[in-house]
Amino acid sequence: MTDNTTSLPPNPDPCLNVEITPELVSQHGLLPEEYEDILRILGRVPNLTELGIFSVMWSEHCAYKNTRKLLRLFPTEKKDKDAIGQVLVKAGEENAGVIDVGEGWGVAFKIESHNHPSAIEPFEGAATGVGGIVRDIFTMGARPVLLTNSLRFGDLDSPLVKRLFRGVVSGISHYGNCLGIPNMGGDVYFDSCYEGNPLVNALCAGILRHEDIQKGAATGVGNPVYYVGPGTGRDGLGGASFASRELTEESAEDRPAVQKGDPFMEKLLLEACLEMMAIPGLVVGIQDMGAAGLTCSTCETASRGESGIEIDLDLVPQRESGMNSYEIMLSESQERMLVIVKRGRERELEEVFEKWDLHAARIGEVKEGDRMVVRHKGVVVADLPAKSLTDEAPVYDQPVSEPAHVVQAREWKPESVPELGEGEVAGALESLLSHPTIASKRWVWRQYDHMVMSGCTVEPGSDAGVVHLSIAGIDKRLAIANDCNNRFCYLDPYRGAQIAFVECMRNLACSGAKALAVTDNLNFGNPNKPEAYFLLRECVKGLADACAHFDVPVVGGNVSLYNEHGDGAIDPTPVVSMVGLIEKAEMVTRSSIERGGLDLVLLGGLPHEMGGSYFLQTQYGKKEGLVPEVDLEAEARLQDLILSEIGGGRVESAHDLAEGGLLVALVEMLFGEAPFGARVTVDQLGPSGRLDGLLFGESQGRVVVAVEPNSTSALLDNASKAGVPAQTLGQSDDSGELLLQVEGKAVLSADVSSLQKLWEDAIPARMSSS
Amino acid sequence: MKVAILQFPGSNCDWDAEHAVKEVLGIPARRVWHKDPLPSETEAVIVPGGFSFGDYLRCGAIARFSPITADLQRFAGQGGQVLGICNGFQILCEAGLLPGALIRNDCLEFRCVNQALKAEDSNDRFHSSKLGSNLLLPIAHGEGNYRVKESTLSDLEENNQILLRYQGNPNGSLNDIAGIRNREGNVYGMMPHPERAVEPYHPTLDGLPVLKAFLEPILSAPAVEPVSQ
Repeated sequence: MTDNTTSLPPNPDPCLNVEITPELVSQHGLLPEEYEDILRILGRVPNLTELGIFSVMWSEHCAYKNTRKLLRLFPTEKKDKDAIGQVLVKAGEENAGVIDVGEGWGVAFKIESHNHPSAIEPFEGAATGVGGIVRDIFTMGARPVLLTNSLRFGDLDSPLVKRLFRGVVSGISHYGNCLGIPNMGGDVYFDSCYEGNPLVNALCAGILRHEDIQKGAATGVGNPVYYVGPGTGRDGLGGASFASRELTEESAEDRPAVQKGDPFMEKLLLEACLEMMAIPGLVVGIQDMGAAGLTCSTCETASRGESGIEIDLDLVPQRESGMNSYEIMLSESQERMLVIVKRGRERELEEVFEKWDLHAARIGEVKEGDRMVVRHKGVVVADLPAKSLTDEAPVYDQPVSEPAHVVQAREWKPESVPELGEGEVAGALESLLSHPTIASKRWVWRQYDHMVMSGCTVEPGSDAGVVHLSIAGIDKRLAIANDCNNRFCYLDPYRGAQIAFVECMRNLACSGAKALAVTDNLNFGNPNKPEAYFLLRECVKGLADACAHFDVPVVGGNVSLYNEHGDGAIDPTPVVSMVGLIEKAEMVTRSSIERGGLDLVLLGGLPHEMGGSYFLQTQYGKKEGLVPEVDLEAEARLQDLILSEIGGGRVESAHDLAEGGLLVALVEMLFGEAPFGARVTVDQLGPSGRLDGLLFGESQGRVVVAVEPNSTSALLDNASKAGVPAQTLGQSDDSGELLLQVEGKAVLSADVSSLQKLWEDAIPARMSSS
Repeated sequence: MKVAILQFPGSNCDWDAEHAVKEVLGIPARRVWHKDPLPSETEAVIVPGGFSFGDYLRCGAIARFSPITADLQRFAGQGGQVLGICNGFQILCEAGLLPGALIRNDCLEFRCVNQALKAEDSNDRFHSSKLGSNLLLPIAHGEGNYRVKESTLSDLEENNQILLRYQGNPNGSLNDIAGIRNREGNVYGMMPHPERAVEPYHPTLDGLPVLKAFLEPILSAPAVEPVSQ
């Protein structure tokens, strides 16, 4: 090179000077053939910033490389076009799906994982997980009205797990409480498979008018592109920080790999955005800067808008000095949004953000064509076809192989475990009630503000959380339930995923809610391992078939793969979250009884299947067995009956049989304010022919309902007409004692308040000991 | 407008308070942004719960410097009726309108529960005969542990300035204090949320008598429409 180039200014952005080596490509998680695709698309070698942009947009998180084909199996709209709950915005179209809930109102909702950040830094990881999902909801134009979480941790006796559990719960509490969105709890499971790799899935739902649904599209050439929210820093660069080390003189040591959340900023952003979106015709498109920050929001809005987009990074508010284009484009600083407004109406946006003391920086505009152009310090640092980033990511089918343990589970025989004696029932029940998965989660949800917004109708701890939509001024109630029993999914992924679905839906039915739609969070191991991919594929198939059977579509969700740690992958965990609607106040139903003197009626027949049960875990330390059968037709009959009986005013309380089976469900129904008791008589052991199968088996499609005795015969008649097996087990009373007789023999005589204490203290006691 | 509900950045029970006063009690109310002046027609002020300014520094410490807080101090000084709920109580303490301070719960965790409370016979308005002696109201706070110097505590007790006490203290408050008033009887502060106990779907309706006790001077004014429920 000759000296005459020195008259030109030195390249202001070091990202343009880095040689793209195979090592650098590999460090960005791109395969050699993927890099070949990039060369073909660009017709040249990308610079480092462009490589970084491709690497995040083509990551599993953004592009669903390994799951996109599988996700197509999910029904995304209702077959019955007259039913309530029509899908207004389908899965994958926008930041969150939206369904109709009648009278011109819609509900936007979605679940998203923050597993890996929470494993490293539980408080911030979980907090920013809440922040991210809330932004996805208000980006749609919806006022967030509820939060829930699906959490999974290892064995709670481990000090590490206690630290993670405490950190995650306080992170969620800190962020959600400050936002003032009621957190209705959710589900928490403890299983050693999650040791070192906890799952933190956060859900948010919001309400909006149909006409207020916002789009994440950049349209209208010449419309300005705004950056709103706090400044960009280097946080969240995480695995990509190697590049920054090479590129700047500043130390990389202090850079957090996990983002830092500021719920106060998010609250301001939420209110400012809703205020701005309420101005008619102002906002053209809006998208939050979540994963892959500025990169994802610019190329996705351009791609959806069939437009080009051009931004200048010098105009991006920054809270650190000396950031290069790679860092600014890939930063995952929190609480930021990209907004495209009508040209000429910029002041209207700026005034709203001035009121809320937030940055609103005009950083670019919508362009003709299809390019995403990024400038920094006067030079173009990225010039890419926007659609290549969003639509041309590679899609893979991975090889599958059925794991040996799945085959073994099918061959399991109940005779392999000894029959439980009558004298062992009390001990087995106590072990189950003390297992943290079954025990009361009050320790968790008393840290969440579930009553803010004045809508909490059924507090956490019942089969589903229910909020009244008074904030929208409408007399409707939204019910939410989450479910996924990893043990079943591990042993039989297809059935396990179906159980997650039917149980979730059954929880809604027991609460008086009609199920409308699903959001799912697929938490799995490394998809490149054939056994892990088999589990993923079978779970998706099982869930998709159940959704289709019940005409309950999937309107969005999230995939989290590579959940592995030292001992291998987590159990497959396809978390199912379902939103339901309760139209009438009288339909609201709780799982615990509110008085004595009620008939306790079992619907669905005597349970008998022990495979995969918690009983096998607490009694024998075994995760094995044939997973209970799922009969979708029978399940539909049962749930229709429950809803019609609740509607007919005959059911005072309803609780489904889940982890721990019949006996756990019965005692949970008695755990209330007063010292309730019950006398229960079962005159035969049922199909299993054994006490443990009857009392602790986790057969599906079973519910216990509490009924005013005058209504019992009508309910039994209706059950018989509907083809649902039903039998009266006994009656609740105020004795504070549970007496259980099976085949004429007394098998349990227990003080309910002592059982309740075991159940309530199990988690707090573990958390107060180190 | 009769009742002004102050809205600071980070307030999050402002809607709830407006709903309870306007929709449930039928008294005109609206939210007033912290940078705007307190409207001249204001007859009572509610400082609602939330996390004003993110609770940074100390709960309520920054809101004390908001433009509207000066108006609030003037309004209270002229005998205007003021109620601070949760974060609003914290703000009133920081603004010097009520004595004492609210520090971190002794359990070191946020607590959201339906809390049993005992109503004290504080004055004609806040009296167990009107409120019912035992109440169940939601609490939701991480910093509700009421602290005050000993001499002031004796004054509060002697002058019947305690409004509500916890039954089963959830946060370590001195003398189980859940709510107090100033000596003059026009400024009230409490950690429990009466505005979350006013609808049939709420855990109780015990918030209604509490809000009515506070709003009694307005309710008894002739111009007010009858209370609708």
